[in-house]
Amino acid sequence: MRKILEGSRAIAETINACKPSVVSAYPITPQTHIVEELAKLKADGDGHYEYVRAESEFAAASIVLGASATGVRVYTATSSQGLLLMTEVLYNIAGMRLPIVMTNANRAVSAPINIWNDQQDAVTMRDSGWLMWFGETNQEVCDLHILAYKIAEKLQLPIMVNLDGFILTHVVEPVEIETTEKIKKFLPDYKPTEFLDVNNPLTLGAFATPEHYFEIRQELHQDIIDAKKAIINSCNEFKKIFGRDLNLVEYYGDKNADTVLVAMGSVLGTIKDAADELTKAGQSTQGGPDGKIGVLKIVAFRPWPKEEILSHLERAKNIAVIDKSISLGREGILASEIKQTVGGEKNVTSFIVGLGGRDVTVQMIKKIYEQAKNKNEEAVFVGR
Amino acid sequence: MAGEIKNKPKAPLSYMLNPGHSACAGCGMIIAARLILDTAGPKTIITNATGCSEVTTTQYPMTSYKQPWIHSLFENPASVASGILAALKIKGLAETTNVIAIGGDGATFDIGLVHISGMWERGENILYVCYDNEAYQNTGYQSSSATPLAANTTTTPPGKESLGSTLPKKDMIKIALAHNLPYVATATIGYPLDLIAKVKKALSIEGPKYLQVYCPCVPGWGIEPKDTLSTSQLAVQSGFYPLVEYISGQLAKVQKITKKTPVEDLLKLQKRFKHLFKTPQGKAELAKIQELADKNIKDFNLS
Repeated sequence: MRKILEGSRAIAETINACKPSVVSAYPITPQTHIVEELAKLKADGDGHYEYVRAESEFAAASIVLGASATGVRVYTATSSQGLLLMTEVLYNIAGMRLPIVMTNANRAVSAPINIWNDQQDAVTMRDSGWLMWFGETNQEVCDLHILAYKIAEKLQLPIMVNLDGFILTHVVEPVEIETTEKIKKFLPDYKPTEFLDVNNPLTLGAFATPEHYFEIRQELHQDIIDAKKAIINSCNEFKKIFGRDLNLVEYYGDKNADTVLVAMGSVLGTIKDAADELTKAGQSTQGGPDGKIGVLKIVAFRPWPKEEILSHLERAKNIAVIDKSISLGREGILASEIKQTVGGEKNVTSFIVGLGGRDVTVQMIKKIYEQAKNKNEEAVFVGR
Repeated sequence: MAGEIKNKPKAPLSYMLNPGHSACAGCGMIIAARLILDTAGPKTIITNATGCSEVTTTQYPMTSYKQPWIHSLFENPASVASGILAALKIKGLAETTNVIAIGGDGATFDIGLVHISGMWERGENILYVCYDNEAYQNTGYQSSSATPLAANTTTTPPGKESLGSTLPKKDMIKIALAHNLPYVATATIGYPLDLIAKVKKALSIEGPKYLQVYCPCVPGWGIEPKDTLSTSQLAVQSGFYPLVEYISGQLAKVQKITKKTPVEDLLKLQKRFKHLFKTPQGKAELAKIQELADKNIKDFNLS
């Protein structure tokens, strides 16, 4: 049903329709509205999950870990410091191959303390073994959650669905909220084969010596790479059932553009607007291939859609990677990944924007477009 | 829900905890584990903190456990237990399944305390068991907040300017009682029938429970493997480690001292207290430890 809803409410209603058995969370801005809505849905008799109030994000992650290991569908949500506090558990969940789905409302990391949006929290968890997806709109974010349960449970991999704090969590816009009946056609009931069961006692979380640890980690690595195929198949199935596109990456603009802007999350809307304006201006004043501009949206940060990225960036000469995060002392983390993927031939520049909720404007994107032609080895900060 | 303990001893392979684990000869913890798991019986899910109890029993791809068992991290068995219970509630199995969270004293008194507090505060029907061997024995005998006064640990070594640990043991029982738990008790492997009875009692009571089990550590304490049981008995008989049982916050039962023993008889069996017998300053510490035991005897009316 199409509803006009705050992003957080839309996520909560979508999660509820996915019928999790256990929800556990700890409040942190800007994630709060999601977990408040889930509490209210339960209070009103519309949510049929156990809602366990946790004493910290570390506990919330551990609680959903325990529930997932007992063989039920679970959900948690967090942000920023909460995500960082979960770190140890997140690595553990991935290593234990528990299909946990979590929402992360992207927010800056302290210090200085700052409650506003950037993506430093999520990218800091890059190597934890979670699949990590970034939505541009609340519709996409809701759809990614439905897809996340499907993929997580199929591949026994945890998935973090990211959306920009405030910019998406607190924005009210129309969203198609899918019903449980329709979701069930896409997402079957969760039926794990290995879980804590007194009739089939298993040991989970055993310790592995050097004789075994290596291959177990290698297998997790390979399974994350291989997840791509299952995601593509499920995206096709998603389209058939729900009629909407989901993709690992999305390209916007001229296919033969010399300059391509690459980013994740809600900033893509601003980038596309800037690209449209630049294209229009180029047509009237500049003309020629120099005025052409493309936009590449990265939805799946993990698994890393290497081939898809390469195919879209094949013709680009200048690539501007726009990060709302930074590996301090180096450059934007998405930029590093893109550079590694496209190799040394292309002019790739790391642009840092939006840290701690700094507004990212069309003018700033235009500035980035202009500077993308320069050879900048170091990260370029575009604050205004 | 506690399982039946048959009068007739069973063959080892019928235990919930199989042989083949790598615990030390004379390990107090592994004796406690077997007694507790056997008493709880097969309709039990265990969540275990990192530590000797996990490392000695679950070396991949082997396991000693015949109950469903999970280890996640050092500090979170209580939270994992909450998640297990929540899942069991949805499955309709919460009434027929024991959920037991287990940690050593480091996991319990120190790094996991906030999560135990959270679990207790939620009032969940979970038994938390602490294997108390009074230090981080798994990592090489470092002191924890369960380490007793004047003990020699690798982070409280005696020396020219030190007599070992300067701090008395944290009173975890009072912390548990402050959470209004329906059941709080101490036990030790030196009195196995008392331990078994307390596990049964705990599992028969609805709500959060805390059982703290005194478990001598052969290498950490520097005792002979043959002295594990006698050490735990002497700890009780000297008043050093009183065995108490609180039901709904009221002291319901104490193990009376049947053969009053000075703490020196307990301490001299353990290398961790050896330094106290060598100097006048050490002797003064011994007197302080005796005072603490005497206070226990008075406070709990043990004699």
